[in-house]
Amino acid sequence: MPKEYKTPMLDELEKGPWPSFVKEIKLAAKNSPMSNDLLGLLERSYNERIGHWKHGGIVGVMGYGGGVIGRYVDVPEDFPNISHFHTIRINQPSGWFYTSDALRTLCNIWEKRGSGLTNMHGSTGDIVFLGTKTDELEPIFSELTEAGFDLGGSGSDVRTPSCCVGPGRCEWACYDTLKLCYDITMRYQDELHRPAFPYKWKFKMSGCPNDCVASIARADISIIGTWKDDIRVDAEEIKNYDKAGMDIFNDVVLNCPAKCMKYDAKAKAIEINNDDCRHCMHCINAMPKALRPGTDTGAVVLIGSKAPIVEGALLSSVLIPFINLDDEDEREDFFDLIEEIQDVWCEEGKARERVGEFIQRVGMGNFLEAIGVEPIPEMVAYPRDNPYVFYEDYYDDEEEDE
Amino acid sequence: MPTFEHGEFKVEVDEDGFITDPEIWNEELATALATTEGVDEMTEEHWKLVNYLRNYYMQFGIAPMVRKLCKETGFPLKKVYEMFPSGPAKGACKVAGLPKPTGCV
Ligand code: HEM
Ligand code: HEM
Ligand code: SF4
Ligand code: SF4
Repeated sequence: MPKEYKTPMLDELEKGPWPSFVKEIKLAAKNSPMSNDLLGLLERSYNERIGHWKHGGIVGVMGYGGGVIGRYVDVPEDFPNISHFHTIRINQPSGWFYTSDALRTLCNIWEKRGSGLTNMHGSTGDIVFLGTKTDELEPIFSELTEAGFDLGGSGSDVRTPSCCVGPGRCEWACYDTLKLCYDITMRYQDELHRPAFPYKWKFKMSGCPNDCVASIARADISIIGTWKDDIRVDAEEIKNYDKAGMDIFNDVVLNCPAKCMKYDAKAKAIEINNDDCRHCMHCINAMPKALRPGTDTGAVVLIGSKAPIVEGALLSSVLIPFINLDDEDEREDFFDLIEEIQDVWCEEGKARERVGEFIQRVGMGNFLEAIGVEPIPEMVAYPRDNPYVFYEDYYDDEEEDE
Repeated sequence: MPTFEHGEFKVEVDEDGFITDPEIWNEELATALATTEGVDEMTEEHWKLVNYLRNYYMQFGIAPMVRKLCKETGFPLKKVYEMFPSGPAKGACKVAGLPKPTGCV
């Protein structure tokens, strides 16, 4: 008979109409002694106001250096079922498409061999299995392999690449995010499973500037769809929005950050100065039936974002202003550039230094020179911002004048 | 603290099986620890890697970065995983008696 914990503090978190992780853990606890002990431990932590997890275990499966995050409780005598509580990351399919069979298979493996608690999906994009014991790792790995799944990344490796649903469901996708995500995953299998970089190395792909996977804030390499030609306008649909009561002038035109839209209130017509458009997606999001991205589409490649851990947060900035990922040559150039960046960062980067921090330390000019890329004015941190590249020729001239 | 027992050895280790007192390390203990990491036989190449790790650690007080290890021993990463299937951090460092490398999510 599993121990029954009284959890008055946790019970508070079941109140209210929103989802509650306490409810979920309690549900899992019916069948899982691990989840049951997790409740007890958490209640105790709330009472004592002390976390009881240790940090930084090293566990894994044979052949891989990543994919499992080791965790132990510091009071195993009191909570023996969660003395080990390792997390497993599992590579999700591009765009998170599953059959219900696949989901059942995953859950069956996990209920048998772990806490039964999952996180679908973690902020890395992976399927996250929360809580198992060291002895279960190899069996889980082989059962997952048999079911066609593989572990994801952790530590200083290529982290599991992730992408938005893209052309799978979304009309705004400017390139095939699903395909690129799959290709990067397959191309860098070694780098994904066997950590050898200074620190984590993340790729995220969004099909348009809405950036549904937040690649601009969370990926060392952010690949965001865009278009080169004009926003497509359906004049009839604009009139329909007006008829339906939309305040087109105030809610669409005045909110354009580039102030590049004009509205003819009589004719109910919009005119866009596309040269000044920042591709922010605002007007398109507001009137999806009337406005759409252009048809000459591709992606922008940006570099350097990260969340604050060792140093503060960074956003990615433009490295390649436009790339057509359907073109074989341009794709190969892209991969060559990625590998060049890896070499420079691995050679010169410090341990636990993300590529964005590395660039800040050595300077963007030096970094570009090292990877063999010419600085161009499009390399900006924000649309329509000043380029941050210092043009040496210009600088030299000025000095000579003095 | 868990203990690791193998033949004549009975030593204190942490949850992940890393020895807690680096002073007690010797080659026999290394060979014994290797059996827990899928290494059946410590060949000359295994020792080359282990000795490199130990020397580096004694000089700098930390484990080398993986790329450096590969470069300076001449073993490609693939070869390192063939020798130590659980990898350089978990496998080779444990056998070399280094303190557990700090984990990183
Ligand atoms: C000092 C304590 C801790 C620190 C500083 C810490 C820090 C972090 C950071 C920075 C991340 C990455 C977040 C992201 O970018 O997605 C992370 C992820 C994670 N941590 Fe911790 N952590 C701590 C303790 C723990 C403990 C005690 C557990 C479990 C018992 C845990 C489980 C996890 C898991 C499962 C993830 C991955 C989540 C995902 O992939 O979505 N961590 N942690
Ligand atoms: C009162 C207790 C807790 C609070 C207030 C809390 C709060 C949060 C918050 C704010 C996030 C970030 C969500 C996001 O930005 O997407 C998060 C993420 C997460 N939490 Fe908790 N959490 C609690 C307990 C737990 C427990 C007990 C577990 C594990 C058993 C857990 C596992 C995770 C994981 C794996 C993530 C990453 C999810 C993701 O990034 O998608 N949390 N938590
Ligand atoms: S990022 Fe753009 S293309 Fe991708 S799902 Fe979101 S809106 Fe659609
Ligand atoms: S996409 Fe943004 S910047 Fe461009 S016209 Fe629409 S609102 Fe203005």
